[in-house]
Amino acid sequence: MPSGHQPILELNDITKTFGGVEALRGVDFALSPGEIHGLVGENGAGKSTLMKIIAGVHADFSGRLKLDGRETRFRSVRDAHAAGIAMVHQELSVAPDLSVAENVFLGNQPTNRLGFVQWRRMAREAGEQLKRFGIDVDPMSRLGDLPIGLQQLIEIARVLFSGARIIILDEPTSALSPPEVERLFATLKRLREEGTSIVFISHFIEDILRVSDVVTVFRNGRKVAEAKAAETSKSALIEAMIGKGREALEETYTHDIMLPSPAEKPVVLNASGLSLARSLRDVSFDVRAGEVLGIYGFMGCGQLELARILFGKLRPDQGTLAVAGNQKTFRSTADARRAGIAFVPESRRDMLFHQEPVYKNISISVLDRISSLLLKPSREREIATRQVDQLRIRPAAVELDLGMLSGGNQQKVALAKWLSYPPRLLVLCEPTRGMDVGAKNDVIHIVRDLGAKGLAIIVLSTEPETVLSLADRVLVLKRGAVVREFSNERISKDRLLEAA
Amino acid sequence: MTSGESVTVHASDRKRPHRLAAILRSQMRNIAPFLTLICLFAFFSAASPSFATLDNLGNILTQISVTGIIAVGLTFVILCAEIDLSIAAIANVTGIAVAYFTLQESYVNIANVPMPGWAAILLALALCALLGLVNAFGLTVIGIPSFIMTLAMMQIAAGISALLVRGQIAYKVPPLVSTLGSTSIGGIPWIVIVAALMLLGGHLVLTYTRFGRYVYMVGGNREAAEYSGLNVKLILGSVMVISAVCAGIGGMLGVAHFGSAQQNEFDTYLLDSIAAVVVGGTSLFGGRGGIGNTIVGLFVLGVLNNGLDHVNIDSFLKILIRGLILLAALIINVYAQRLRERTAE
Repeated sequence: MPSGHQPILELNDITKTFGGVEALRGVDFALSPGEIHGLVGENGAGKSTLMKIIAGVHADFSGRLKLDGRETRFRSVRDAHAAGIAMVHQELSVAPDLSVAENVFLGNQPTNRLGFVQWRRMAREAGEQLKRFGIDVDPMSRLGDLPIGLQQLIEIARVLFSGARIIILDEPTSALSPPEVERLFATLKRLREEGTSIVFISHFIEDILRVSDVVTVFRNGRKVAEAKAAETSKSALIEAMIGKGREALEETYTHDIMLPSPAEKPVVLNASGLSLARSLRDVSFDVRAGEVLGIYGFMGCGQLELARILFGKLRPDQGTLAVAGNQKTFRSTADARRAGIAFVPESRRDMLFHQEPVYKNISISVLDRISSLLLKPSREREIATRQVDQLRIRPAAVELDLGMLSGGNQQKVALAKWLSYPPRLLVLCEPTRGMDVGAKNDVIHIVRDLGAKGLAIIVLSTEPETVLSLADRVLVLKRGAVVREFSNERISKDRLLEAA
Repeated sequence: MTSGESVTVHASDRKRPHRLAAILRSQMRNIAPFLTLICLFAFFSAASPSFATLDNLGNILTQISVTGIIAVGLTFVILCAEIDLSIAAIANVTGIAVAYFTLQESYVNIANVPMPGWAAILLALALCALLGLVNAFGLTVIGIPSFIMTLAMMQIAAGISALLVRGQIAYKVPPLVSTLGSTSIGGIPWIVIVAALMLLGGHLVLTYTRFGRYVYMVGGNREAAEYSGLNVKLILGSVMVISAVCAGIGGMLGVAHFGSAQQNEFDTYLLDSIAAVVVGGTSLFGGRGGIGNTIVGLFVLGVLNNGLDHVNIDSFLKILIRGLILLAALIINVYAQRLRERTAE
């Protein structure tokens, strides 16, 4: 329970910038001993950044950090670890080829005096720890053979039982089943009784309210609210997360939007019964010409895999794709491109050639249309210049190396490369992630224009605004399955978040 | 981000180091090997009166020709951030094959299959192309890393060589191969002309064709190439075949040049070819460099090997010196990559 004690950890006026963009602005944060502190906020609000500062991942920030009342600064994860701080990151970071026991003891295996690993002791202790956590597995089995939820639990268990005084959990429940979540919460409460302080980040606000003592809300790099969990509600938290009366440029989507009724246009892509290992279960949908289909879900809901299946990068275990009525099996991304599908992944790094000039980045996907054997550099520059003008890419210099452009402009280049010869279907992952308002609006206009010109577009995002600002129809994906379709009805950010 | 204080960061707003320094840094990869070459040349010219003569320049050109022919294909492979360790063995087996299909003198004790010259050449070329295809298949379809796949191929090609000659030596090759490998026209050895033409051809393909662009893009960022809808496997497979065929041509002319075809004849050419490409400044991480770099690298190696013969030092020390100079060039290669990345970010 939160007590009147001195906070164990106190941060004052923390500011952190990434390449000129402020991820955190003057944030204060305090953690009491024996407290479970919930953090909520949208993607990019700064929750994870703040936690990574505490865990020693980001050593370069401004502001003060006090541990036990003494000012300190962690230079590395190792430093923070030595001070008793441990973190479970959003992305699974286990060693799948090692045994369960080795994973539990990763980095501090029990050894005898000669330095040999004491396998039997390690297996026994790992087994006991996991059993305390309600996990009954053979400690010597290979971790990668276990279901993903169990792997996540084991990673959490490793941190929970590492003896750390401060434990940070970033989205720990995304891959867990309801009973597993229960077990996690029971353990967290027990650790709290023992005096451990816990920070718990989650998109699932019900979870936050159930387990936390105190909840802090972040928005746009600022701490905007802090409340006792018992004295607040889901709707109050969502409101604080989204914010009212924000700056004029940005739509808030707190009010209802009326989705249009589907037009009687030809179906461009039909996906039917797509399943992939543990990522996707029986996903089916259509996209019509001139329609923007939004696919929304939390991180880890299977969006990334779905997008990669549509572009031939992954092969589904089951299910079929049909483009304009013809069944297709994509053996490579080149097959998908030839079928008229364009793809922009969520990470610009994976999409662009940073050491090459802008024009080569734009022409790469259409080279076979403008040249057979020999390159035609003047034609490439011409096409690139036109795209740079149309998408207002700045600076407007096609000879510049792509790496010299800002993130938002790079994102536009990633889109531009597909537009000189418009595809049938455009698959966009997180098209506005990390962009400032101006660039975001540019991209929204571009995508809407393309839709109006008759392209079929699929937008996959974990950001509700992105989906709401673009989509004519919305599918909600949850743990690999479509759980809700919004079509020809009222939709708002609250409803979208509720559905997920 | 919402508030007025965060605006789009344009490249022009960023602080930029001095323009000249930036250009020099980004061109480090091309400048450093060239400086190395000039330094070596100056050193050997001063150290030995017999080094900087027109005759000796001709020697150097001839000495680097076989390596040059093999290095053309290897440049494609390294530009894709892959490696081909089977080039020397494929050169060797192709040279042996072309002799195997040629009528040998009666004292050569090889159970060979004599054929017309053109057929022997075609069969030898088909053999090296086939071995390249096997490399391509292993790399792209099965997914064996090129380092391991071509290591296995090195052994396979050596095995075929051994079976064909069975410890014997063959001397005769088809007239065309023999002409190109061991005769001159107007004072210039044919082999130098062939090497020059192949390097030129490689340069033209890499610079002016769509395929060449794809090679650079796949090497620059393979993931991005795939997400741009390029058939990455086809491109990787093609460079493995190109590499094997270049090695095969180098092997045939080499056999004519040396005057004999036997086991393990080309062993030193593996390291020399890799060294030439990398010393010239082509990035081992792919996407940067080209035939121009390979040519500079060939000359660095050629001048070094030839020059060390002209100065009076312990011949056993020469091996060590070669190694140290290669190490220095590799260090520069890696640093140039880092500098370049820092400028791009």
